[in-house]
Amino acid sequence: MEKEKDREISKRKKVTDKIRLWFSHVPFIGWLLGCLLAVVVEQIFGSMVASMIGLPKIPALFGFVIILKEPFLTPSAIIYVLIIYLLPVFLIARFGSAWLNALARKLLSLPGWMTTLLYLLLMYGILHIWSDISAYRVLTMKLMMIAVILTLSLNVINGYMGEFSCSHPGFMAIGAYVSSALTVMLFADDKLFGPALLPPALGPYLFPLALIAGGAAASIGALVIAIPSFRTRGDYLAIISLAFMFIVKSIIENLEVVGGPRGMGSQPDYANLPTVFIWTVACIWIINNFVTSTRGKALNAIRDDELAAEAMTVNTRQTKMTAFLFSAFWAGVAGGLFAHVLRYVNPGTFGIQKLAEVLAMVYFGGLNSVYGSIFGAVSLSLLEEFLRPLELFKWIIIPLLLIFVMIYRPTGLIAFREFNFQKMIQPRKTPDKEV
Amino acid sequence: MTFFLQNLVNALQWGSFYALIALGYSMVYGVLMLFNFAHGDIFMVGAYIGFGVATGIAALASLGMIALPGWITLVLTIIISMILTSFVGILVERIGYRPLREAPRASAAITGLMIGIILETGNLALLGARRISFPPMIESVTYNLGGVFVTNKKIMIVAVSISLMIALSQFIKKTKWGMAMRAMAYDYAVIPLMGVPLNTIAALTFALGSALAAAAGILFGVAYPVLDPYMGIVFGWKAFVAAILGGRGSILGATLAGFLLGFIEIFVAMIFPSTLRDLIAYSIILMILVFRPHGFFGEPYSAKLRL
Repeated sequence: MEKEKDREISKRKKVTDKIRLWFSHVPFIGWLLGCLLAVVVEQIFGSMVASMIGLPKIPALFGFVIILKEPFLTPSAIIYVLIIYLLPVFLIARFGSAWLNALARKLLSLPGWMTTLLYLLLMYGILHIWSDISAYRVLTMKLMMIAVILTLSLNVINGYMGEFSCSHPGFMAIGAYVSSALTVMLFADDKLFGPALLPPALGPYLFPLALIAGGAAASIGALVIAIPSFRTRGDYLAIISLAFMFIVKSIIENLEVVGGPRGMGSQPDYANLPTVFIWTVACIWIINNFVTSTRGKALNAIRDDELAAEAMTVNTRQTKMTAFLFSAFWAGVAGGLFAHVLRYVNPGTFGIQKLAEVLAMVYFGGLNSVYGSIFGAVSLSLLEEFLRPLELFKWIIIPLLLIFVMIYRPTGLIAFREFNFQKMIQPRKTPDKEV
Repeated sequence: MTFFLQNLVNALQWGSFYALIALGYSMVYGVLMLFNFAHGDIFMVGAYIGFGVATGIAALASLGMIALPGWITLVLTIIISMILTSFVGILVERIGYRPLREAPRASAAITGLMIGIILETGNLALLGARRISFPPMIESVTYNLGGVFVTNKKIMIVAVSISLMIALSQFIKKTKWGMAMRAMAYDYAVIPLMGVPLNTIAALTFALGSALAAAAGILFGVAYPVLDPYMGIVFGWKAFVAAILGGRGSILGATLAGFLLGFIEIFVAMIFPSTLRDLIAYSIILMILVFRPHGFFGEPYSAKLRL
């Protein structure tokens, strides 16, 4: 009896080991191709499969919303996810590891920029085909990527530099308002600023400049926090940044030029999916380079011991200043994108709630880690969408989840891990012959 | 001059709410070195508990079981709600802060924020998104003191809050428990070795702070009898700023800064359009903090703190 049980357990262990073995040899490109196949399958057969198994339409977000809204459709939703998403990925991952590894090796032998470009194109293709199904998916995707930018930029301060900054909604508001004021003034006929000053055809090309201007304005605002940060740290800096956030919100509420508390609308529709994707990729790339550079290491040194860092010839003032301005710049860019995605902003958006949301993303994902920020932003913004049918109880479940994460992993789920794209796209080793 | 005095009276009342809430922040900071970000929402919960208790007492009275004059109802409401809310505070400490004693402080700040959100949403889910009007317990009587109009409610509010503050400072100065709290604030690591129970003291600190917040909530309900689930956000964050402005962990500082914030807000609203109130109040605070980063009575950072 006992022996049989042991055998049973060892058998099960063998099966899981085998599965792990299959999948550990699948390179990154394999997963990407699997996803590509899945989204193509969905594009072609999605509505057919959905109607066959009794779903009213293609589930917008992996069936979670359907399960929560109409529980009796749960089996159909699960079957749909299995057939459309998991089966293609599984098939490619299971049977393709040999040629996928060969492909990954071949891709690596290309010049670096070309490899990167190919991977990015592949990723964008997946996103594009996936979100082509409905406008809701496009919006979710855009907001998710903006959340990634914002979370990364906050992680530079809260994670890498170890200060507790509460000012990111403020930076975001500055970026959102400056860039929207520019685009609305220059390229849109609006009752706030009158007719367009430049031909609207130029708009999409000059939009990046408007975003950069928004980011630069946010950086200038960040001086208000960066300069006091020379003299004080920790809690007092947190309060200064908090006061800064309230001041920005209050100033915007009192500025009738940009609509005051009513907000500002009619931004031109420039922030389409490729634009947001390119900005997100640029943000991840630049921030990752920043935090792995000497200056990024200097940030860590300041976090761990400011005096020791200073003794080791780290220019603490310059480093802090750079970090704040840099982080605020990206928060401003995120704000500008946010304003152009929703095509309406009002000062109420950039308050305590936004702060709690961004902080939650940073600390859920993990401090001091680019992976963590991406993971935190993606998972929390998807979770918010998944739990939407629960309405109010969403705001009980998500905080509870965060409390549990904080209790068991106080620095977040994926903290202190370096993000390395080169390592990610390496081919996995070919399986050793089993002994 | 009367105009000024009139606003001074209003500012005293307004500031006493801030001061009472700021005390809770400041005490927790002094003892545990962390900010209880859920404190603003405990203020809200206290106001709602006060509403429940007052309604309950009124219901009992209408059943004919007891007939009480209004001010006794008020005193009973304040005492019972302070006790009930202190249990909420203890619960918050137990769930949100005790498991994170050894964790980085920012993590505890996140759990505090999240508990605040849960309290707000829980309230919305329980009572719905409508505003609740606080039952009037005492008749409003207005006295005219040489052109300055003072209601009995205002006098009561300022008197109750100042006596609570004095009671708190006496508690901390004179009793054994207060001494334990001061000791904990002085050296967080060694005092437990002397046999002072850390967890009990932490719970006591939260209980005291929450009781004061509950008192502030009921007094607020008496003055402005409309409660809504998000009232804690506005008040809580401003009181938090006041606690910092006073110097972290300083009881006297928190009290004075709370009153100062009340004065700034009332007088700004008196001189400028009231939409500029937050802007000017926060700008003044920012200026003070830039030039005196450790607040009025706080010590520069990394120094030991005392209650």
